[in-house]
Amino acid sequence: MAESKRDRILHDHNHDGVDRRGFLKCMAWAGTGAFYVLHGGVLKSYGLNRVSEIGEAAAKGELSFVQISDSHMGFNKPANPDVAGTLKAAVDKINALPIAPEFMLHTGDISHLSKPEEFDTVDQILKGASAKDVFFVPGEHDVLDEAGKAYLERYGKGSRGLGWRSFDKKGVHFIGLVNVMNLKAGGLGSLGREQLEWLEDDVKHLKSSTPIVVFAHIPLWAVYPQWGWGTEDSAQALAYLKKFGSVTVLNGHIHQIMQKVEGNVTFHTAMSTAFPQPQPGKAESPGPMKVPAEQLRGLLGITDVNYFRGRHALAVVASTLG
Amino acid sequence: MKNILRTIGSTTLLALGLGFLIAASGRGSQALRASSPEKPASGVEVRIDNFTFAPRAVKVSVGTTVTWVNRDDIPHTVVSEAKAFKSKVLDTDEAFSYAFTKVGRYPYFCSLHPKMTGEVVVQ
Repeated sequence: MAESKRDRILHDHNHDGVDRRGFLKCMAWAGTGAFYVLHGGVLKSYGLNRVSEIGEAAAKGELSFVQISDSHMGFNKPANPDVAGTLKAAVDKINALPIAPEFMLHTGDISHLSKPEEFDTVDQILKGASAKDVFFVPGEHDVLDEAGKAYLERYGKGSRGLGWRSFDKKGVHFIGLVNVMNLKAGGLGSLGREQLEWLEDDVKHLKSSTPIVVFAHIPLWAVYPQWGWGTEDSAQALAYLKKFGSVTVLNGHIHQIMQKVEGNVTFHTAMSTAFPQPQPGKAESPGPMKVPAEQLRGLLGITDVNYFRGRHALAVVASTLG
Repeated sequence: MKNILRTIGSTTLLALGLGFLIAASGRGSQALRASSPEKPASGVEVRIDNFTFAPRAVKVSVGTTVTWVNRDDIPHTVVSEAKAFKSKVLDTDEAFSYAFTKVGRYPYFCSLHPKMTGEVVVQ
């Protein structure tokens, strides 16, 4: 048990009053492999030998689910010649979680080139996971054909428009948004007017105490616009979610952990299961980052999320594959 | 007639360029003759690397074929803002060519990574 928690980073924002210093500390967690919990607005670090103290009881919530992202099936460059192998390792990791997740979210770039055989391989590997239901949103690599036809035929069942959707699980309202279609020259990710209108309508009648989880491929906050890591009309989407006490935003696309707290909203990005990308501005471009083979799995991973009734925020835990 | 082809390292590119020229101009035989290696080149190559088009802006004369080659580890596209041309997705080392037959400015971008923009000016 202790072994499986060794490389965890716990983001438990059960608070909404995080100052700039707190935020900077949050940023410092990313990728350190350390273990922190936010209690009463104070960041508390736990030595790895004390992880068991917040083990089972704190880890078990009302609802557990897992986010995986950026599996890029079909990618075969030096940054990771075996993306099927690392996706299988992610599934093993999911199956070894102390609390079995009820379902999975895949936040896009399922495939590398939108090829049917790439989607087939991912579907086949994910069948090995203990959690059977998977809710997808597309990444830009999944909609390379005309208007994402192949993606929508396969994963769009029950969705609206270009693949957006909402559903409820144990009192938590989930919203899957699509921000990788109809992108404009020079711009960022885009939700578009039709989707925004749908979102406004979707949340209008919900109680403000309803916990909200939003998942989408490209970050819904300006992580690094110079590299296109942001969504141009995300502020409008977040405005519709202002009344809610707890909003958790889960994104992919940037292949690394980043997070930010803004009022009642916590933003998290996930590691990829395929290859890491450089930190913002730390390389010439956001292309795949080649690391020594023995370090690769330490930069890939999964995210599991627990909801505790009565607490404001969800606990978001990232674990690396190796 | 101007030489509208230059010898590009890869035969695939050459074939692509030829295909476009033949389709676009209907002067297949002239295009073929123009491809002999001793003739000076007038085709233009734009390299896609590190999420940028290089050179970002190219000035060409009417009839020039521009070829984009993706040297990145990530797929990209070449899409005209005014829908004058649109490549399929280009994986690593794949290329797209377009023969410009009309004067004008042709801003374009990568539809996957729209921060990547470029321009062809045809004089």
